[in-house]
Amino acid sequence: MAVTVYIPGALRNEAEGAKSLDVEVDANATLGAVLDTVASRHPRLGRRVRDERGQVRRYVNVFIGDDECRTLSGVDTKVPDGTEVRILPSVAGG
Amino acid sequence: MSYLMAIGTKKGLFTATSDDRVNWDVTGPHRLGGDASTVQTGVYAIGIDTRRDTPRLFVGADSSHFGPSVWHSDDAGATWSEPADAPPIALPEDTDTAFARAWQFGFGPEPDVVFASGEPHSLFKSTDGGVTFELNRGLWDHPHRTEWFPGFGGAAIHTIMPHPTDPAKMSVAMSTGGFYQTEDGGASWNPTCQGIRADFFPEPYPEFGQCVHKAVRAAGDPSRFYLQNHGGVYRSDDGGHKWNSIAEGLPCDFGFAMVAHPHRTDSVLSFPVHADANRFLPDNRLQVHRSDDGGSTWREVSQGLPTEPYFGIVLRDAAATDAAEVPGYYFGTRCGDVFVSTEDSENWVQAASHLPDVLCVRAARM
Repeated sequence: MAVTVYIPGALRNEAEGAKSLDVEVDANATLGAVLDTVASRHPRLGRRVRDERGQVRRYVNVFIGDDECRTLSGVDTKVPDGTEVRILPSVAGG
Repeated sequence: MSYLMAIGTKKGLFTATSDDRVNWDVTGPHRLGGDASTVQTGVYAIGIDTRRDTPRLFVGADSSHFGPSVWHSDDAGATWSEPADAPPIALPEDTDTAFARAWQFGFGPEPDVVFASGEPHSLFKSTDGGVTFELNRGLWDHPHRTEWFPGFGGAAIHTIMPHPTDPAKMSVAMSTGGFYQTEDGGASWNPTCQGIRADFFPEPYPEFGQCVHKAVRAAGDPSRFYLQNHGGVYRSDDGGHKWNSIAEGLPCDFGFAMVAHPHRTDSVLSFPVHADANRFLPDNRLQVHRSDDGGSTWREVSQGLPTEPYFGIVLRDAAATDAAEVPGYYFGTRCGDVFVSTEDSENWVQAASHLPDVLCVRAARM
């Protein structure tokens, strides 16, 4: 199945400038599997989003459709075919 | 002859170049590699490996959003590299712990071996010139590790001192952990804190757990160390095993940074802070103190520093020397000012001002 992952401006250089990536994953794939696929294509982008344990970094939000993944099942959330996944930095810092 | 100074701040890396170490051209904040986000990344560690034909710069930075990494540059900071396929520093999967940030780089006698320490309490070794690093298991698996507590700045090994000639020997220090040494290449580590105060423990002082803020190895005598503690200033003459107070003559015994003279065993700089509960400068005045007799006596060397009230202290890695024959000394403050002395620290000139909080400074002749 196909999922589209949108990349924030601050990280697009690590995705060769792409605003979004089309990702092919197995049916019933989890968000973790989607991010694994992104990381295999663009490893530096992958580790900006998740730490070495596979956890999404504290001030990074990953939306599955309209819902931030932490309000669902985090990286274990199932991602339906055609989903738009958005990686967005939190509003934080000063 | 040109000199490069690298300044790590809470919001990015700045560099400065100079031919005379008096007039400095400051640029930054620099983008590290490709990410736009690295322009305002906290730079906690800088290293300059001058053992190479072309000096290699290292930066350990930690983006509050996108995590930590280590970059290196072989062109004096014009461009930066970071491994693509794997992070330069990461904790192994079985630790179930994420690496937070690098705190210091160290260079020993072996070419292409680079050490890095960081948070959480960890030490790493690179054998490929500092491109990729591997965790030292001897220290990570030490039974004391669960009893090392985070200092106010974090649970980090902040100071690493490879022996200048013996690759088997190395010393490290950490806040609320103490001073540890290995003599077998990092396979085993032992605390050597005899004589160092730990006011937050009942006496007698413990074998480990002291809150060491900074330690430096003296030039010319690998068994001589100077140490700034969380209360207490010390010297060791026996390889860091037994420590004796050298605080007499300083305005106070609290502080973070120390810098050893790069060539003279008995010469060291201290940057006093008023006290544990009053972390401002003594008399609210920016000042540097120097000893040329191993800490037996101290004298203030603050010519050229601001004379008005000043409230920016010098953090533990924000002072350094360029190790030149006539050494330059460098330090930055939490007010974002950077000062340089090339007259044996007798007279300071301001090299940069109004930067973000200065976390670390390194300089070298390029």
